Amino acid sequence: MSQVVFEGVTKRFGDVTAVDSLDLRIEDGEFVVLLGPSGCGKTTALRMVAGLEEITDGTLRIGDTVVNDMEPRDRNISMVFQSYALYPHMTVAKNIESPLMVRSFDVGEGAHRKLTKAERSARITDAARTLGLDTLLNRKPAALSGGQRQRVALARAIVSRPAAFLMDEPLSNLDAKLRAATRIELVELHRTLATTFIYVTHDQVEAMTMADRVAIIADGRLQQVGAPRDVYERPANLFVARFIGSPPMNTFTATVAANGASGGVNTGAGILPLGGTTGPLSAGEDVMVGIRPEHITVGEGPLEVAVRAVEWLGHERLLLCDLAGTQLNVRQVTGDAEIPVGTKVSIGVDPAHVMVFDPISGEIR
Amino acid sequence: MNRNGRLREALTAYALLAPSLVVFGVFFFYALYRLVVLGLNQQNRTGTAQRWVGLEQFSEVLGGAEFRSGLWISIQYVLWTVPAGLILGVLLAVAAHRQLRGIRFFQTVFASTVATSVAVASVIFFVLLNPVVGYFGDVPFINLADPNSAIRGVAVSSVWQNLGLTFIIVLAGLQAIPDELLEAATVDGYGPIRRFFKVTLPLLSPTMLFLVVVLTVFALQAFAQVDILTQGGPAGSTETLVFKIFRLGQEPVNVGRGAVMAIGLFFVTLVVALGQFTLLNRRVHYGDR
Repeated sequence: MSQVVFEGVTKRFGDVTAVDSLDLRIEDGEFVVLLGPSGCGKTTALRMVAGLEEITDGTLRIGDTVVNDMEPRDRNISMVFQSYALYPHMTVAKNIESPLMVRSFDVGEGAHRKLTKAERSARITDAARTLGLDTLLNRKPAALSGGQRQRVALARAIVSRPAAFLMDEPLSNLDAKLRAATRIELVELHRTLATTFIYVTHDQVEAMTMADRVAIIADGRLQQVGAPRDVYERPANLFVARFIGSPPMNTFTATVAANGASGGVNTGAGILPLGGTTGPLSAGEDVMVGIRPEHITVGEGPLEVAVRAVEWLGHERLLLCDLAGTQLNVRQVTGDAEIPVGTKVSIGVDPAHVMVFDPISGEIR
Repeated sequence: MNRNGRLREALTAYALLAPSLVVFGVFFFYALYRLVVLGLNQQNRTGTAQRWVGLEQFSEVLGGAEFRSGLWISIQYVLWTVPAGLILGVLLAVAAHRQLRGIRFFQTVFASTVATSVAVASVIFFVLLNPVVGYFGDVPFINLADPNSAIRGVAVSSVWQNLGLTFIIVLAGLQAIPDELLEAATVDGYGPIRRFFKVTLPLLSPTMLFLVVVLTVFALQAFAQVDILTQGGPAGSTETLVFKIFRLGQEPVNVGRGAVMAIGLFFVTLVVALGQFTLLNRRVHYGDR
């Protein structure tokens, strides 16, 4: 069993708290993405799993073992670094062999020992074949393309057959096209190996496309964990609502109507009805309203906005509108009627898609 | 580009190169030419009496026992200074290459011999190692009064003096190694010693090659240490090639012989440096390029 469990894990560098009492349970064989803006602590969390950072407080478990004070080599993990960290003086084969040189492995029948040369070369061949590196084994990293280097890094990670793979932004050095192709390959690799993947990125597209579950982290704190669809459709707070989705969710302040939530909220440009999915709201209370750009329909509805700019993106148009002084992004399919800049239009929102957040804590209401 | 433009560009290039050409011409090529002329003649120090002896002087001096003895002493000096200096420099740099409060202080201290001239270093070691007044004048392995150990005594001063330079260059080399590589090695299960020999040292190899060549050339050219600490003694046991050249130049009629030895040393240095480059280059990894 190789679940990875954080229990109140904290990391402080001097006065700075990089990871603040993180509770997260990653199941055996799960693909979890730690997602957040740079400096949010996601890489630090991953490095604590690898054993490259000491844990200030809390308990970290891999399988049933507490690994707080365990050397990286005894944790049975492997890691893919952002720069790939290939040894430039070694051939591809030697790079892949590296994790097998020192550590001991279970070789069946309860035996735990170092691998023989023959066993090592069988594993190298195996890993190289999985990643299509068969013909490159005698090259040095300098003679490889970026994509090939990335594959060598992956081969070096899978060759030791670890309990968990740790990946720190492994796609960020690839160009856009290769990145998209590699995303699919990583998902396939995960399916083939059926092992725990912990993957760190700041790119929500990577998180949404690959993860079984996404853990969104900001300022060292876990904001929400859930399947990509859940965090998109039911963000736990304003941070998640604004961080996931492109263009981001529209958020603006509004006041709950005098007769309470059933009367909708006053936006300053009209009354917006609520879908009854919110918790209790008191009359006259200030709230933050969140609406995704694709949930706004143009043409009829209670709110009136001015179109300030139109961005044409091929398959869709983005209307940048002014709603009582705040910007409102509206997504329109290209087939819809074009709206000239400067016109005033009425817009409406399906009440079921209107989210309400507490303006101070940011939590969903 | 048209012909005029190309001509103008070439002229600009030569104009920019001219100052260094002048400096090289006067202080290297003319000096070398004068050395050859001196080597072909027998003459006194002031040059008022000169007698053509031709290439005979070359074969006689370079094939003679004096040149061979000087060369052997110089080689010993290289062997006592270069490996020791390199190992100590690497050890210091590895010790100082870490994130610790106040490490800058130690880095400055370790690097400080760079700011010390050879003469100052030699005087310090004169005080330490002098057989009569030195604090460590009778330490056996580096005893300046004993012909069998004096060369090592001189070497100690040289190692100390070059340590700052070696330290700075190795430290810069260490800082150029990406942390992620060492972390990858840690995750791969390498302990500190294996990590050093399997990752750090191979990646330092271009730095080490540079230092081996530079320190060897320094050692072959070392003069002030010998002059201040032993003046070639005792019994000529520290009379390196350079010191011999200097001594011959002081003697009434041996300037020509000294010139021949200087040319000999020039070619020895050239061959050694080229040999190091070609031999060691095969074992050097230049990283990404």
